[in-house]
Amino acid sequence: MKQKRKKIDYSKWGYIFILPFFASFFIFSFVPLVDTIRYSFFEYYRSGIKEIGPNFIGMENYISLLKSDMLKYAGNTLILWIIGFIPQIVIALLLASWFVDSRLKIRGQQFFKVVIYLPNLIMASAFAMLFFTLFSTNGPVNAILMSMGITEKEIDFMGSVFGTRSLVGLMNFLMWFGNSTIMLMAAIMGISPDIFEASEIDGCNSKQRFFRITLPLIRPILAYTLINSIIGGLQMFDVPQILTNGQGNPDRTSMTLIMFLNSHLKSKNYGMAGALSVYLFIVSGILCFMVYRITNDDDSDGSKKAAKKNKKAGRR
Amino acid sequence: MKSNKSNSLRTVFAHVLLIILSFMCLFFFYILFVNATRSHADLQKGFSALPGNYFFTNLKNVTNDGTFPMVRGIVNSLIVSGCSAAICTYFSSLTAYGLYAYDFKLKKAAFTFIMAILVMPTQVTAMGFLRLITNMGMYDSLLPLIIPSIASPAVFYFMYSYLQSSLPLSLVEAARIDGSKEFHTFNQIILPIMKPAIAVQAIFSFVGSWNNYFVPALVIQSKNKMTVPILIATLRGADYMNFDMGKIYMMILVAIVPIILVYLLLSKYIIAGVTLGGVKG
Repeated sequence: MKQKRKKIDYSKWGYIFILPFFASFFIFSFVPLVDTIRYSFFEYYRSGIKEIGPNFIGMENYISLLKSDMLKYAGNTLILWIIGFIPQIVIALLLASWFVDSRLKIRGQQFFKVVIYLPNLIMASAFAMLFFTLFSTNGPVNAILMSMGITEKEIDFMGSVFGTRSLVGLMNFLMWFGNSTIMLMAAIMGISPDIFEASEIDGCNSKQRFFRITLPLIRPILAYTLINSIIGGLQMFDVPQILTNGQGNPDRTSMTLIMFLNSHLKSKNYGMAGALSVYLFIVSGILCFMVYRITNDDDSDGSKKAAKKNKKAGRR
Repeated sequence: MKSNKSNSLRTVFAHVLLIILSFMCLFFFYILFVNATRSHADLQKGFSALPGNYFFTNLKNVTNDGTFPMVRGIVNSLIVSGCSAAICTYFSSLTAYGLYAYDFKLKKAAFTFIMAILVMPTQVTAMGFLRLITNMGMYDSLLPLIIPSIASPAVFYFMYSYLQSSLPLSLVEAARIDGSKEFHTFNQIILPIMKPAIAVQAIFSFVGSWNNYFVPALVIQSKNKMTVPILIATLRGADYMNFDMGKIYMMILVAIVPIILVYLLLSKYIIAGVTLGGVKG
């Protein structure tokens, strides 16, 4: 009797198991994306109760967006992001290197970690509403400042460009520095302790150690944090939206790109919203690609490439 | 000797900065708590660092307010976040297991694709999404806030990394020899192994969904379907200066307290979970 051993083919189960994910992605992300891109070439909006369009108009939406305030809002988004990001990354680097430095003997590490991560989980809209009430002209912050004699008159924080932007930056800083600290801490702890020990024997002081050893070795994670933060900054919406009630006051200097998109969507201005989405899609696509490179490439920081180049140059 | 001295100086400096930062993190919530316990008239008089005794009066005012149905909002938020967390973690585990344990032609392509969309913002497809759910008749309902979380690339990536580190494929083989069907294997053997990963991701997706404002604000129209963030936004949009300030503080407090409580109970796991599945070191 001929015995035939048949190997069971399980590959169809792989397809079945990943089907829900891809079906959901196709319906709720891919179809909307195609639809968004399609309508970006159409004149399609609502004035009053009359719906105008959709009429094909080619690139006109894109051009009129460039002529509108979009670039100004892109600038606002960038400024608001930078105000929050710079102190965030500086403090995070500082705290992370302190937390892992055994010579510093920081007490209550667990407590501090719990506290600094807390704001990251708070509902951004509620946090912004809280800041709005606290920093309003008759709010508690002004009351405290006046009773301490720091100011004579109430400060109108949300009446000035500087005040509003600083408040948004402060909130972003508070919400994200704990997260970055914990990420960078894990990165620093991943460095082999031998390297630190060797540097100590060689008489390396803490400043040299930070700039010459820690910083170069955590570069991939630093880059990852940076790009992730840029993507988050591009999506900035909740905080300025609630703080300024969607107006981007004063004089639309705190209006971000997503707030602009939101106002187009709310007024059912689909053509313009589509074109704006495509612009955002292109930018975030580039950023996604960079994250992909970092998470999937062994040579993410380009150090090997640089070494190769040096070698080549040396040979010559 | 000199280095010892400079180290202790640095220690002092580090503690001072840490205390200042912690103070900044907690100060605003402390004011929030204090002000939520005081009456409107009391609040008008100025700031006080000590809590008042209006806590329950304010709480009662918030729960009885018909224009801002906060209790209803919390229930809606709980439904949306709970369901999202459940289906997001289940289907992400399923996808991760499918890509980890089976060999098939499109395996590599599927994985690369998910990694490519890992950090794609949802906002760029919002316009098409809004039109789609309107055409599907799901406008102004909670479903479009829940169902799309089946496809969560970041959660998938976390689950995939976890499987790589903790599931030997021989276990799957053994289950097959014992006659276990594929779905049965996943539900009865793989899911229990993945429990720690699922717990961490369930917390994060719950929090993310609880705090989400952009999509719900576009989708939800009627008052009794609003989630907490939209209620907060309507509060901001209303002519709020005429309101009872004690009540406003109480509403903000009610909106953030559930997450703070969960966080304080599970902070150890949450903080450990932040770094897992981030990047390979």
